[in-house]
Amino acid sequence: MTQGKITRKWEAFPGQNRFYCNGRLMTAPHSGVFLLTVFLITGTSALFFIFDCKYLAENVTVAIPIIGAVLFIFTMSSLLRTSLTDPGIIPRATNEEANYVEKQIEVTNSANSPTYRPPPRTKEVLVKGQTIKLKYCFTCKIFRPPRASHCSLCDNCVDRFDHHCPWVGNCVGRRNYRFFYMFIVSLAFLAVFIFACAIAHLILISKEDSRQFLDAVKESPPSIIVALICFFSVWSILGLAGFHTYLTTSNQTTNEDIKGSFTSKRGQESFNPYSQGNVCSNCFHILCGPLTPSLIDRRGLLTESYMAELARPITTEPVLPMKPYPIQNMNGPTHITMNANEMPGIYRQTTETTESNAGSVTHLVSSEQPLAIASTVHQMSLAQQQQYKSQPSLNLGRAHHAHHHHYHNVTSSSASAAGGSSPPPPPRVHKSQSLADNLNSEDLHLDAVVLGQQNKFVGSSRLDNDMTVQDRENSLLSANRLRLLQDTTMIESALDLDSLDDSSLGTNSQNGLMKVMV
Amino acid sequence: MSNHHNNGARASETEQMAQSQYLKVFVQRDYSEGTVVKFQTRFPPELEGKLDRQIFEGTITRLNSYFAEAEKATCSTYCEGCLACLTAYFIYICKETHYEKCLKKVSKFIAEQNERMYEPRGLKLTDPSMRGLRVLEISCLDRPPNV
Ligand SMILES: [Zn+2]
Ligand SMILES: [Zn+2]
Repeated sequence: MTQGKITRKWEAFPGQNRFYCNGRLMTAPHSGVFLLTVFLITGTSALFFIFDCKYLAENVTVAIPIIGAVLFIFTMSSLLRTSLTDPGIIPRATNEEANYVEKQIEVTNSANSPTYRPPPRTKEVLVKGQTIKLKYCFTCKIFRPPRASHCSLCDNCVDRFDHHCPWVGNCVGRRNYRFFYMFIVSLAFLAVFIFACAIAHLILISKEDSRQFLDAVKESPPSIIVALICFFSVWSILGLAGFHTYLTTSNQTTNEDIKGSFTSKRGQESFNPYSQGNVCSNCFHILCGPLTPSLIDRRGLLTESYMAELARPITTEPVLPMKPYPIQNMNGPTHITMNANEMPGIYRQTTETTESNAGSVTHLVSSEQPLAIASTVHQMSLAQQQQYKSQPSLNLGRAHHAHHHHYHNVTSSSASAAGGSSPPPPPRVHKSQSLADNLNSEDLHLDAVVLGQQNKFVGSSRLDNDMTVQDRENSLLSANRLRLLQDTTMIESALDLDSLDDSSLGTNSQNGLMKVMV
Repeated sequence: MSNHHNNGARASETEQMAQSQYLKVFVQRDYSEGTVVKFQTRFPPELEGKLDRQIFEGTITRLNSYFAEAEKATCSTYCEGCLACLTAYFIYICKETHYEKCLKKVSKFIAEQNERMYEPRGLKLTDPSMRGLRVLEISCLDRPPNV
């Protein structure tokens, strides 16, 4: 690194992670909060060991410093393991793989209709009989495996993504969930233990000379500081430990729980296909099961061929400006390219074909109907828009268009107007000429809904149009759960909700980065 | 921003991007049994005439059994996990895990298959752990990338 000569693979790693010790350790880009966590834990423990432990060891039992030390070492070890190891990053696809996948989805596409249509960006697979939708990650150029999600802060797809935890300064995923869980649990024990010891210390002092409790506090002020820190932090830690215990026993991730992935919706039965069957085997499997090795080979030697695989040609795909999130400015770099020339290029899945292979039925969404007619969309949902605006919390969390399937009926007229031949002509827009001026044929290729700031109006109406009543209820529920979780645990998390899945669309996925603050 | 992006541009871009030396075929994962690593046994049509179906299926089946072994919930893997937890995970610094041993077996198996079966037919398998266990890459060493 200092010699200016690249030798190891971590130095060419495409994500945002930072590496230390020549690639042995890795962490997420912003580690400020992580350092605060380390400082709080070591500081409080140091005060406890210096001021309380000595007295208690002499007057009560020597077991107290020993238990304290064991808990402290275990907590710190789990914490460092959580934050400094690979959370389960899925390496990005090589050019050839990306092209192959692209070709495959285009083949299924052209077999169905003579006109060119953008290849589908979702794929449905059956996992133990349960339909799971795999989304294409535009940054990593892969269909994300089930349970994986793209972390917008680290810019990687992470297997069994739980959440990005700034307190530990890393994503929590398949490889470090067990460390994270043990960290939370041991920290809860440590906090309770230190609190109890500090209070016991104060009580013993006051009993000794039969003085007031306040006099004891005056004699040993660090004890009361330690007790207060522990008292205030222990509730959120206990809440979090309880929540993650529930998740572990049911083999879910925070991400899935908040999205409500396995709750039955719209009368469809839904179950968790990843569960091992019962509470015990879920816990064992998650906490003691086989640990997948890191797949990014960060210490491997960087070869010419690896560099060639990694090097991507400058993509000519349009840079997609992201939907304007109201809270976007709150965090980090936001490179939002707002563009008046770009119009929503909306298309929907209309039909699905089934392609079966090797036991798993893969439904490839075979055609998506381009619907690049914003005016039509906007007319339809003026009424709903009003309703939507009255739910500001939805605006930030659930600006998604996850459930596509319902719309072919409403939009069939516009779809027929837009579904041209190949290459697609500029869509004919009847009503709103000013909007149509901005449309060009490129919109039909856009993989995402492209919304500029100027089109906020259209944007909000689109959101409405996309959400059925049930979706809205679900998202409200999700927002509430998210808030509850954050109120109780004070954890600041960048959860990958459906809306965030879209954030990986652009070449710079920080565009859609959203953090939910406490 | 002027992104002239029509069909023609897309096609030429695809051509430009496919500047690899060989034709490569990618066998995708089969998720029907959950997130356990398992590859699809469907025969890729590109390999028709170059490789016997039986050989391909045999390779994939063996490969899948190695991964099944790596992720199987046995007593010894659970003990390994519990032991690691009891040592505050310090054991991972010095001891190789069961999964890592299995991945080594996979690498060995791939090398052996390449030598015995695939290279004589002008094909080459890439170790799936080099591709994040996401795909099995088969390169056709005697075919140009464009089909
Ligand atoms: Zn990704
Ligand atoms: Zn992250």
